[in-house]
Amino acid sequence: MSPLDISASLGHVWQNVFYVLTGVAFGFALERAGFGNARNLAAQFYLKDMRVLKVMFTAIITAMLLIFWANLFGLLDARALFINPTHLWPGILGGLIFGIGFVVGGYCPGTALVSLATLKIDGMLFVLGLAIGMFLFGESIDAMRVFWDTAGNFGELTLPEVLGLGTEWVVFAVVLMALAMFWGAERVEQYFARKNKGEN
Amino acid sequence: MNKTSPYMNPYLAGVMLGVVLFASFVLFGHGLGASGGVAKIAGAAIDLVTPAHTENSSYLVSLLRSSDNPLDTWLVFEILGVIIGGLISGLLAGRVRLETLRGPHISVRTRWIFAVLGGIITGYGVRLARGCTSSQALSGGAVLSAGSWAFMFAVFAGAYAMAYFVRKLWN
Repeated sequence: MSPLDISASLGHVWQNVFYVLTGVAFGFALERAGFGNARNLAAQFYLKDMRVLKVMFTAIITAMLLIFWANLFGLLDARALFINPTHLWPGILGGLIFGIGFVVGGYCPGTALVSLATLKIDGMLFVLGLAIGMFLFGESIDAMRVFWDTAGNFGELTLPEVLGLGTEWVVFAVVLMALAMFWGAERVEQYFARKNKGEN
Repeated sequence: MNKTSPYMNPYLAGVMLGVVLFASFVLFGHGLGASGGVAKIAGAAIDLVTPAHTENSSYLVSLLRSSDNPLDTWLVFEILGVIIGGLISGLLAGRVRLETLRGPHISVRTRWIFAVLGGIITGYGVRLARGCTSSQALSGGAVLSAGSWAFMFAVFAGAYAMAYFVRKLWN
């Protein structure tokens, strides 16, 4: 039964080795997907290349389905997994700010690290900016501590709980939504490909 | 010479990323992270320069003083791996080159300024939202956290709303 407790069975050092290896696989996948290049990421927001949406939602539904099935067959205890606590308003406000930074700078934190790893100067500078932005947050947090801690603080809250539906139905709906988005993404790309052809 | 390979099919890359994400849940009980490691390293660097300032900052105290060594955390080990993995993939594809990636109509200097600026805005948002596209959107998304889904749609909304105003950077 997983999740495993590597620290208890193999020790702290081995656990860190596994974290590095997981990171290697993560960074490898991001670079393969083309996410080390800010132009590929920014193109998402001009509807020219929907790579970001396709990779993200394929990854989410793949992991979600594997977790759901592994739990169903008793291989993984889904209740033991970390579920990000819901701080609704700081999350939404932070997400909006994050999105603005994403299209201005061309990266998010993980993709900037991959860009940096492949010697892109813009990726290195974005990571420098991240560090500055985090510092500025640290300097200003005391002024909005109450908002940050309490606004829309629902603790551990899942979509099945919000919607009052069984997990299996929400999983099914998320897969359907992703497939609809993929269909739409392909149509949008075809439209822009035709339009660009017409212009040339 | 130096031929660059094409990128992977996005759906295949997504499956690969999803399997890595699932493996993380099985191995450790939680998903992937990227911004947390950057926060730890950035915080430790500030602490090195001005240790006195750390004690006056509730943010830095909780970031750095909760353990003996703030860098001995999975967040840091994972991003070391991310850099190694990105480098391996880049080398195999012939994409490792010292260069500045930018839109076709802006100068290198302009791109540099906006890369730092975008990083600052993203870094602020990431801490406010308690996570990034990896730790919130991907990881929280896969375990159906309501807040993570709200964050994810907010990211897309913010980016699409801003895209028009910075279109000259990319087009």
